[in-house]
Amino acid sequence: MRKEIMYIQSSKSIALDTVEMVLKNNYISQTAVPGQFLHVFVEGHTLRRPLSIADVDREKETVTILFKKTGSGTKQLATCQEGMTLDVLGPNGNGFNMDNKEGSSILLIGGGIGVPPLYYLGKTLVGQNMKVISILGFQSAESVFYVEKFQSLGETWMVTNDGSYGEKGFVTDVFDKIEAFDRYYSCGPIPMLQAITKKLEHKQGYISLEERMGCGVGACLACVIPKANNRGYKKICKDGPVFHAKEVTL
Amino acid sequence: MTNLAVDLPGLRLKNPIMPASGCFGFGREYSDFYDLGKLGAVIMKAATGSERFGNNTPRVAETASGMLNAIGLQNPGVDKIIESEVDFLSNYDMPIIANVAGSTIGEYEKVAAAFNQTKHVHALELNISCPNVKEGGIQFGTDPNMAANVTKMVKQASNLPVYVKLSPNVSDIVAMAKAVEAAGADGLSMINTLSGMKIDPSSKRPLLANKTGGLSGPAIKPIAIRMVYEVKQQVSIPIIGMGGVTNAEDVLEFLLAGASAVAVGTANFQNPFICPELIDELPKILTKYGFLSVQDAIGKGAILYE
Ligand SMILES: Cc1cc2nc3c(=O)[nH]c(=O)nc-3n(C[C@H](O)[C@H](O)[C@H](O)COP(=O)(O)OP(=O)(O)OC[C@H]3O[C@@H](n4cnc5c(N)ncnc54)[C@H](O)[C@@H]3O)c2cc1C
Ligand SMILES: Cc1cc2nc3c(=O)[nH]c(=O)nc-3n(C[C@H](O)[C@H](O)[C@H](O)COP(=O)(O)O)c2cc1C
Ligand code: FES
Repeated sequence: MRKEIMYIQSSKSIALDTVEMVLKNNYISQTAVPGQFLHVFVEGHTLRRPLSIADVDREKETVTILFKKTGSGTKQLATCQEGMTLDVLGPNGNGFNMDNKEGSSILLIGGGIGVPPLYYLGKTLVGQNMKVISILGFQSAESVFYVEKFQSLGETWMVTNDGSYGEKGFVTDVFDKIEAFDRYYSCGPIPMLQAITKKLEHKQGYISLEERMGCGVGACLACVIPKANNRGYKKICKDGPVFHAKEVTL
Repeated sequence: MTNLAVDLPGLRLKNPIMPASGCFGFGREYSDFYDLGKLGAVIMKAATGSERFGNNTPRVAETASGMLNAIGLQNPGVDKIIESEVDFLSNYDMPIIANVAGSTIGEYEKVAAAFNQTKHVHALELNISCPNVKEGGIQFGTDPNMAANVTKMVKQASNLPVYVKLSPNVSDIVAMAKAVEAAGADGLSMINTLSGMKIDPSSKRPLLANKTGGLSGPAIKPIAIRMVYEVKQQVSIPIIGMGGVTNAEDVLEFLLAGASAVAVGTANFQNPFICPELIDELPKILTKYGFLSVQDAIGKGAILYE
């Protein structure tokens, strides 16, 4: 991890309140692995904003982030345009465990703004000759993004709460329709992760978590999650954000 | 060359900049960024008698020019800290200050005594001002008698110099400072965070799981400067100043108010390189305002207007 300047190569709205930003930087683009995040400084704000790495192009030296305009920091970030620079710590945290057996079948389950890190993961898995199946859940059609990108990786199921795009319901509602898989990776809101880890209890799975952060590097103990045995905590910024599904208590 | 060195009880500082307790862990994470030996000193995260798990999350929230935290003194306990963390920090050429916390006077004594046995801890910072724990902490820091008592007992339990960290959540900071000075404190550390709260309009609930938390960052700097200034004129022990430092001019402002050294907390989160950057910047700022050394600037702003 380093403190780096990243050049904004493009910034555009891709869904309701959702921005895709392509950032150019040699060090981060060459070292980032799926599941890691950037800790982004936003002018006028005391704390940095953690944002997942959604894609990396090593040749073009770019890193893509996707973020939702939820509060003052992300709203301000959305006003930053091509040609400007960002002050970023990255790549932070540990990525997804990738020790899959050759040719494994992998299920990706993303919810809302938890979808971004799964794209870089899926792309990397396909590059390693894995079979990728994706289930992406959103609130409604206007929030949906990256459908074609996931479809290009493999079978993709879309679910919306109100049924305005794909199936109606929650991501767990389509589990029955999916063929056998060896391992799952998921990122999304806590209630979704709770439902998934319960339903897929017998499966090997990895989940990516969010918590409010102070330092983002493991020093302040703001971002903790209880260990599964309830003996103390793991730090999401340093030990995570990705954990084995059975390692932590949601 | 501008002389940055300062001598304080138990501490030979090559420069007056140190990370504040709780904002730097035990230095490991920041040792990936730069050589910790550059620092004037390091103040470790609070140590309690046994392991503490801290508060529920969310533990931090951003506020205007600052943040609230309610970590709740999570730490592995004094024995583990001595075993692994002090050992690690002793690899770097700088004094180590241990932040001592507890729920009872007995716990403070136990922690202070444990650090007394170690080679590498050079001073204690007595944390009687944490707003985020139920028992102890802030009670000791808001009652001058209790503050004096815990100071006395810790002085007896340890030979190390004791810097008492004062809470700003009092109406008379000078009375607190005088009480701990009379009880034998070797120095003061000020200020800790101010008790604060933030309520999220969408959920209609406090943002922190603990409901209230400690406010830090630039928002509290004027309060810290005022308190250091007032106390400096009424006590004769040295002060380590802190609260909202983000640049070298802030450091100078604390020196002018009467601090002999300066700790940097929240700013580490925004810029992990803040401490070494301040150390590099300070000589330029001192020169710019006509000072030949750090020592030369200490208390220069603390003139009484008659
Ligand atoms: C490891 C990690 C990866 C993330 N990846 C993405 C991503 O790829 N895309 C995306 O849109 N969002 C992501 N988030 C959530 C994102 O960090 C928050 O939405 C964002 O910080 C909100 O900032 P704000 O200024 O708009 O909100 P405000 O509410 O104004 O922020 C105030 C404070 O709360 C923190 N905060 C607010 N919401 C969250 C949250 N959900 N999680 C953590 N901290 C929060 C902010 O960082 C800031 O410190 C991620 C969070 C984490 C921890
Ligand atoms: C996340 C966090 C954790 C803290 N933990 C401690 C602690 O363990 N012991 C202590 O004495 N002060 C603790 N503090 C207070 C700081 O040491 C410092 O006094 C305060 O933050 C003011 O300085 P600042 O504005 O530069 O952050 C903590 C502050 C923060 C923000
Ligand atoms: S944000 Fe500081 S430890 Fe994770």
